[in-house]
Amino acid sequence: MTMTTNPIPGGLPEQEVEFERYELRERPAHHFEFDRRDFAKIIGSGIAVLLISKGVVAQQESGQGRGGGQSLPRDISAWLHIAEDGAITVYTGKVEIGQNIRTSLAQVVAEELHAPFEAIRMVMGDTKFTPYDQGTFGSQTTPRMGMQLRRVASAACDIMRDLAAKQWNVEAGRLVAANGAITDPQTKKSLSYGQLAQGQALARAIPDTDPLIPPAEWTVAGKPLAKVDGRDFVTGRHKYTSDVKLPGMMHGKVLRPPTFGATLTSVDGSAAQSMPGVTFVHDGDFVGIAGTDPQTADRALAAIKAEWKPAPVKTNSREVYDYLKANPQAGGRGGGGGRGGQQADNSHAVEEALSASQHKLEATYRVAYIAHAPLEPRAAVAQWEDGGLNVWTGTQRPFGVRSELAAAFHLSEDKVRVQMPDMGSGYGGKHTGECAVEAARLAKAAGKPVKLVWTREEEFTWAYFRPAGVIEIRSGMSGDGTITAWEFLNYNSGPSAIETPYAVANRNVAFHPTDYPLRQGSYRGLAGTANVFARESHMDDLAEAVKMDPLAFRLKNLPNDPTGDRLRGVLQAAAEKFGWSKSQPAPDHGFGIACGVEKGGHIAACAEVAVDRATGAVKIVRVVAAFDCGAIVNPDGLRNQVMGANIQGLGGALFESIEFENGAITNPKFSKYRVPRFPDMPNIEVVLVDRKDIQPAGAGETPLMALAPAIGNAIFHATKIRLRALPLAPNGIKA
Amino acid sequence: MPLQSSGTALKITEIQVNGTRYKIDAAPDTSLLSVLRDQLDLTGSKYGCGEGQCGACTVLIDGNPRHSCTLTVGAAAKRQITTIEGLETNGKLHPLQQAFLDEGAMQCAFCTPGMIMTVVSLLKTNPNPSDAQIAEFMQGNICRCGTYPRIVAAVRRASAEIKGHAGRGE
Repeated sequence: MTMTTNPIPGGLPEQEVEFERYELRERPAHHFEFDRRDFAKIIGSGIAVLLISKGVVAQQESGQGRGGGQSLPRDISAWLHIAEDGAITVYTGKVEIGQNIRTSLAQVVAEELHAPFEAIRMVMGDTKFTPYDQGTFGSQTTPRMGMQLRRVASAACDIMRDLAAKQWNVEAGRLVAANGAITDPQTKKSLSYGQLAQGQALARAIPDTDPLIPPAEWTVAGKPLAKVDGRDFVTGRHKYTSDVKLPGMMHGKVLRPPTFGATLTSVDGSAAQSMPGVTFVHDGDFVGIAGTDPQTADRALAAIKAEWKPAPVKTNSREVYDYLKANPQAGGRGGGGGRGGQQADNSHAVEEALSASQHKLEATYRVAYIAHAPLEPRAAVAQWEDGGLNVWTGTQRPFGVRSELAAAFHLSEDKVRVQMPDMGSGYGGKHTGECAVEAARLAKAAGKPVKLVWTREEEFTWAYFRPAGVIEIRSGMSGDGTITAWEFLNYNSGPSAIETPYAVANRNVAFHPTDYPLRQGSYRGLAGTANVFARESHMDDLAEAVKMDPLAFRLKNLPNDPTGDRLRGVLQAAAEKFGWSKSQPAPDHGFGIACGVEKGGHIAACAEVAVDRATGAVKIVRVVAAFDCGAIVNPDGLRNQVMGANIQGLGGALFESIEFENGAITNPKFSKYRVPRFPDMPNIEVVLVDRKDIQPAGAGETPLMALAPAIGNAIFHATKIRLRALPLAPNGIKA
Repeated sequence: MPLQSSGTALKITEIQVNGTRYKIDAAPDTSLLSVLRDQLDLTGSKYGCGEGQCGACTVLIDGNPRHSCTLTVGAAAKRQITTIEGLETNGKLHPLQQAFLDEGAMQCAFCTPGMIMTVVSLLKTNPNPSDAQIAEFMQGNICRCGTYPRIVAAVRRASAEIKGHAGRGE
């Protein structure tokens, strides 16, 4: 299926969110309602404010009395509770994976509620207690959940004001909310939120339209507050899923096929089964062990005799690019995200513009499969209790995992509880629940809780990968450096950030899904990294063709619209900090620049590289990254994200690549799969552009996108060698 | 003697961690990491790779950083083992732990205990390391979130802090 897009007048819509097929996002087929009795148990007394989606129910109030008869609104997306002792608890289905939203969400709540930041506790990603959420991905936490929690907090603050007004028999309008209390400036009377919540059992649903405090007036949001619970992490006290221990808990192992898609032809578990303290499970293609301790489980796994029939091999990591081109996918879910699908084919106009162009350029770019390699591999602890299932697991989609478990064990969703302890990260790689399902199957057989922690090799092999892809660009340009024609075809890697932000009269941009050899899925930034790499490398060649400075060439071709302005802003901010026009690189050094926009984030990066001509070694000397995602909620957290994204991105840019042959991954270990380490670090500076006039967008992904092309362009500047494949230099540069 | 016969195989029955003697029951070839985590509930040391490549499991053995995932409990049995849980004294954080907090030198923080244990040992042998020396010493520790520059900043901060204390004769 081919999607074609026409130029969009005035650039891209500001806040448009483009999901793509790799973002696993479907709601479960069956979505069961939050149990009202659970809700009553949780809120007990005090005041709860629930946010319901616009247009569902205008306003509801369950009234006095605990859980008195009416059911709760269907589409609660977030809620907040103020207890009689003043404790403020916020419930959200979003999860903390190192991106620091436990802190930043609490900040925006504190802001709107006029309560001390320290008084706010976040309950996150627990399917028993938090509203349904599709998952923590797509840079949606800050713009969507942040906005929803601001509204909940703002409404809660109004309720506090109304309660005080009622008690004092005064106009609510004259009362002031500050520091977790309502004060009457005229009488100097004051009541804390806890005092106001006393004797209440109120659950009020509000529509998502309450007015909010503008970012320019923020006093708690916008501040560089430190990670909440930071002390638990530096002391090792925080319990990740892999640290959870239950009474009587056993340890799981799963027998893996030797190659992808192999089918089990015979299995003999008798030796394993006869070992003391071992439960052997064989159920369809699933073969696993629960052992009283990890060593017993390991020994039992090794004692299983199994035979497998290999599946036909599609391709290997060297030939995968030809395979993708040769195997277009019929149908498929297509790409283009929310736009472009119905637009007319523009290829004729592009062909005409191309043949009329003074300069023509045609090039093919490739990106390799890479792995997320979160330092905490997939882990789950499963416990069956009274016919229900409790699972702790590291996932970006606790509700998605709940659905997987419910389906796998033929349970209704209200019998399954998934809890997500703040995890050892995911980067888009933990959307699925296979480890949870495996642990639950073993626990069911063993009749005891089971912990399953995937080995590093399992994580590298049986998770999923960022898709490999091929991108073909044909462009035309007039003699003065104006781009006149643009054809951009992406095979398999995905449509995220596929549109060029530059003003081009005639363009044909398309994503072609293909058949593919490895399990592939979401990855931080999705295909944005691939598409921005191809485009910005190509832009550099176009600048070279008309002997223009790469920065000036970009500034010239950006449109005069909000996106163009913000990209110019980050380009100039990065260039200024870098000294782009003020200095020349030393011999064998080169400067490169690139920019990109996606999900409301605008990124530009400048890089300096040094190439050792004798050995071919490439060293990234320094990087300046400038980022604009609207109003900044937590500048310290944002700086950390932008820096981290660029350092993680350095791996995919320079050397990360999953290698596979004969249906198996051949480098499934950190000793064979090279990730960025301390000595790879450039001097890296982050410039934040704080746009208080624009509501905040997410920041977990887009900052990663400009690094690879900036490095590739710097290598070209240093050597005149144009590298068009990621990773750029896994073995250095052969001149 | 920590070695004791149990059936046909010798077992390790005792180890010393953070100054405390612990009764354990493990074959000598069991990884120290598993004993710490699964038998003693000292879960601050993490499993990240199992091949001594990521540093998440780093502990100190007689003051030297070792990968507890590849070190056997038999080899560690008669040594002083220090884990992240042993750094706090009377509720006060080690200067390095405080420096990691002050610099915000973490994201998901799964690597943090291993990072801190490695730096404890670095600063013991080299109280004032250069950035290049820090990078070289720390190259066996992976942070996938990419907080390396902040970790280097935390090392420098802790180094200054420890020197400051030494200068004041504390």
